[in-house]
Amino acid sequence: MMGTKEKLNQTFLEDIYSIPDGEKLKACIQCGTCSASCPTSHLMDYTPRQIISAFRAGMLDRVLKSNTVWMCASCYYCTVRCPSGIKLTDIMYELKRLGIKYKLYPPKNSSPVMARIFVDNLNQFGRSAETVLLSLFFLKTKPFKILDYVPLGWKLFTKGRISTSNKTIKGKDDLVKIIEYIEKKGVA
Amino acid sequence: MRYSYYPGCSLEATAKPYDISVRAVCQALDLGLDEVEDWNCCGATSYISIRELTAFAISARNLALAEKMGNDLVTVCPACYTVLNKTNIYMREKEDIKKTVSEALAVANLKYDGTVKVRHLLDIIVNDIGLEKINPKISQRLGGLKIAPYYGCQISRPHGTFDDPEFPMTMDNLFSSLGAEVVNFPLKAKCCGGMLMTTEPEEGLNLIKILLSCAQDNNAELIVTACPLCEINLEAYQKKVNRKFKTDFSIPAIYFTQLLGVALGLPKEKLAIGKELVSSEKVLDRFYGGKR
Repeated sequence: MMGTKEKLNQTFLEDIYSIPDGEKLKACIQCGTCSASCPTSHLMDYTPRQIISAFRAGMLDRVLKSNTVWMCASCYYCTVRCPSGIKLTDIMYELKRLGIKYKLYPPKNSSPVMARIFVDNLNQFGRSAETVLLSLFFLKTKPFKILDYVPLGWKLFTKGRISTSNKTIKGKDDLVKIIEYIEKKGVA
Repeated sequence: MRYSYYPGCSLEATAKPYDISVRAVCQALDLGLDEVEDWNCCGATSYISIRELTAFAISARNLALAEKMGNDLVTVCPACYTVLNKTNIYMREKEDIKKTVSEALAVANLKYDGTVKVRHLLDIIVNDIGLEKINPKISQRLGGLKIAPYYGCQISRPHGTFDDPEFPMTMDNLFSSLGAEVVNFPLKAKCCGGMLMTTEPEEGLNLIKILLSCAQDNNAELIVTACPLCEINLEAYQKKVNRKFKTDFSIPAIYFTQLLGVALGLPKEKLAIGKELVSSEKVLDRFYGGKR
């Protein structure tokens, strides 16, 4: 019998192999080109190469609880350079999704909060208003930091570079139908 | 030549000057833009961090709307460009994704057959119009202007559709041909941090500092970008970088369409020049009758 942890790791494995070209992960030769190319690997608790290694060792839950995947800025250097054709940026997205789904993301990291706000905002209006996104983000994560951004916000406002409201698209109902269809299918 | 235009959300806010200059430059180059009616947000890097297939589906709605219009779909935001391209590729190549997303679109009476080409405006200007046809329209050569063209990530990664993923050259070639001096800028495709500037500001500032140092050390007077997020990251946080690293950066960053518009002899107002956070006056006024 597999324990819960083993089962979870098996689920992770299957999930990652199921994303487009996810199976290429099996071809990793641990060369480290991804880690060397990554602009933020020095900040990660586990470097991109180590993530794959941990994944194979069945230690992915530990990786997900670390800051690692949330430091990925989606620059795609690892993806274009990987000699095995692994789309590591896309795997990082899958790891972010798994972390959120199984509540295994680092509690103090604010990136998952931002992603959640972004999605809710898009689902509600169809478009993103930067001001609304940022205001909600700071209120939820570091309200005392809002003051730091007031001068910048004011300057942008005087330059006509601030949107103060969310415009709802006309086809919002259609967009919601599209989203709900996929959510209901349980394959989102 | 006509194209369907997908501005993206940033172009309605912090990157408003990008949108204004895009429209002005396209008009001057006889390039017709028809905005996709009622487009929705592409989801950028955030939506796909929570949901995968839903992210492709909301993107496919935009592709379906564009397909009805018939022409190539042009965007100027590299994040939108990458998301739309990725969805487009999967809708053509991955049967399972195509099937479910098509069913979802059908619920909203939409369908997508995979015929749209997703393009970046830089590609269209340089490869569809071409430098030979642009040059006769130039009324103001950019002689003596030292620029650092900054591409960032997603305009050429991961898909590398029209330029090299490691060392893109399209803007270099465009502005050299208009007389500008393109300085050595080896970090031109290095990451600015993107959203990390907001979620992890301390590291964001570090990434920005590396880029600004490279531009300044190579004597660039101006940074030219083709990405709304890179642009705001590069110009909005220079004071914070200066405070943190005891530096003295004051380098304007503008959109490539603004500089192209200068060369086309368009007035400042039509290009939204003057809306920068780090003034470009000292650098660009020479082209508007001011002193060097």
